[in-house]
Amino acid sequence: MLAIVGTVPDQKFPLTTGKVSLKDDKICIQGKQIHVNRGTPALLAAAVKTGEALGQLEVFGYLVGDIGLGKGSRNLYEYLTKNLGRSEFSAITFHYLQPDVDWHNRVLFAIKEMVKQPVLIADAGFMYAAKMSGQAAAYDLFTPDAGELAFLADEAAPHPFYTRGFILQDEKRVPDLIKRAYLHKNASRFLLVKGEKDYLADRDGIKATVNAPSCEAMEAIGGTGDTLTGIAAALIESGMEISKAAIVATKANRLAGYYARPTPATQVIEIIRRIPGALEEILQEKVTGKATKK
Amino acid sequence: MSFFEFLKPKKEKKAPESDKDRGILVFEHTSEVIRAESVLKASGWKIRVMGPPPEIQSGCDLVIEFPLIEELNIVRTLQKVGASPLKIVPVSSPLLRPVDLFQIKDFDQYLMVRAANMKLTIDKDTKIIVNISGGGCPDVPYLAREMVGRSLEDAPRPREIGHTLCGYALQLAYEEMTRRCLP
Repeated sequence: MLAIVGTVPDQKFPLTTGKVSLKDDKICIQGKQIHVNRGTPALLAAAVKTGEALGQLEVFGYLVGDIGLGKGSRNLYEYLTKNLGRSEFSAITFHYLQPDVDWHNRVLFAIKEMVKQPVLIADAGFMYAAKMSGQAAAYDLFTPDAGELAFLADEAAPHPFYTRGFILQDEKRVPDLIKRAYLHKNASRFLLVKGEKDYLADRDGIKATVNAPSCEAMEAIGGTGDTLTGIAAALIESGMEISKAAIVATKANRLAGYYARPTPATQVIEIIRRIPGALEEILQEKVTGKATKK
Repeated sequence: MSFFEFLKPKKEKKAPESDKDRGILVFEHTSEVIRAESVLKASGWKIRVMGPPPEIQSGCDLVIEFPLIEELNIVRTLQKVGASPLKIVPVSSPLLRPVDLFQIKDFDQYLMVRAANMKLTIDKDTKIIVNISGGGCPDVPYLAREMVGRSLEDAPRPREIGHTLCGYALQLAYEEMTRRCLP
C-alpha cells in the first residue's frame, strides 16, 4: 500500500491515520473530510484519482493539522517513529512537514526497521529536512521546483534562507544545479524537477524533459506541483519503474491541466478530476506509440 | 517564532528619494534582510528589497537598495540593532543594478503578480484573490486557504499569518498587487 505523510492547513485538525478516499471533491479519512485546495490534500487527491484509473489502488494517509508553526508536524514525526517500523508499506511519500533534522533522522531509523524497505519519495518541507540531514541519498525520488533544487544543490546551505536561488528561481540553471546536487550527494536516486519544463534526472545526468502540453494559466494555479508528486507516487505504487512513472506523471499532469481548460481562477480540484482521462490517454500512447500533440 | 514579528507596518517618516546614487546592502541570510528592512522602514528610510545583481556572488536571495548618500546613517541604524550587512556596494554599473523581484502578467480578466517564487492572482473586476501558487514552505497551504476567495482588502496579510520565506515573498506580491489595484 502507498502511504502519504503530510499536513492539513487547519491547526485544529487532529493527528489522523487511515485509508483515504475522495468523495464530493473532499478527502475523507476516519470520518473526517478535508477540502482539496493545495498541499498534501491535493497530493492525496491526485494519488487517489490515479489509483482509481489503475484499478482501485489503496492510499493510506498520515495527516495532522499544521499552519507552518511546526507543532502538528512534531506530533506526527513522533507518531511515525513509534509506528512506521511495524508497517508494511511498499511506498511512502513525505510532503508538507516542518523541516526538523533530528525528527527526520528518527523517522528514517524507524523505516529501516521495516521488514521490506519501501520506495521513499519526498517533496516540500520533508525534502528540505532530508537534504539538511545529509541523508538525501536514502530516498528514491525527490520532486523539487527550481528553487528547491537550488537548495539541494547548495552543499553549504544549512537552510533555504542561506541559498541563492531558493525564492529567486532561475530555471535556466536547472541542468547545472542537478549536477551539483548529485556531486555533493544531496539528491535522491531520481530527481523530478517541476517547472515550465519538467526534468527527470539521476546521478548520470538528465534522462528526459517534458514541456508539453503547456497552458499559460497553469502558472497561476496553486497545487499543480503537489498533484504531479501524487500521480508519480501512485504510479510507482502500482509497480511502474520510477523513471517511467515520473515521466508518465508529468505528461498526465500537464494533460489533465490542458483538459481542464484552465483560467488563472481554476482551482486544482478541477485538474484532479481530469487525471484518470489524461492518464488513460498517456498510457494508451505508450502502448500504441502515438505522439501527444497539444 | 515568526520573523514577521519584525514586520509590523509603520508609516515612513521621510523619503530621501533619488534615482541615482543608490547602493545595495548585501546580507548572508534572508531573514537578516527581512529584519533590516523592517528596522530601516520603521526609521523612515526609503529603501526597497530587491534581488541581487548578477555581479554580486556572495549573500542570499535578497538585497536592500538604499540612497548611498545615507550610507553612514543607515549602517549606524543597522549596527545598533545588530543587523549589519555582509557588504555595501554602490550601484556603479549596470551589472551592479539590483534585480526587480516582481513580474506582472495580465490575463485580461485576471492579474498575476509574481514576487520571487510566489504568485498571487486576482480578478481585476472584483479584486477577489482567485489563486496563490508557488513555494514549498510549510505555511503556504495555510496562506492559500486563508486568502483565496477573499478580496484584496479583506484578506489577511501574509505578514500577519505567514511564518516563512515563501510567506514573506507572498507579502511582497500582496503589497505590489495592492499598490497596483487598490486606491
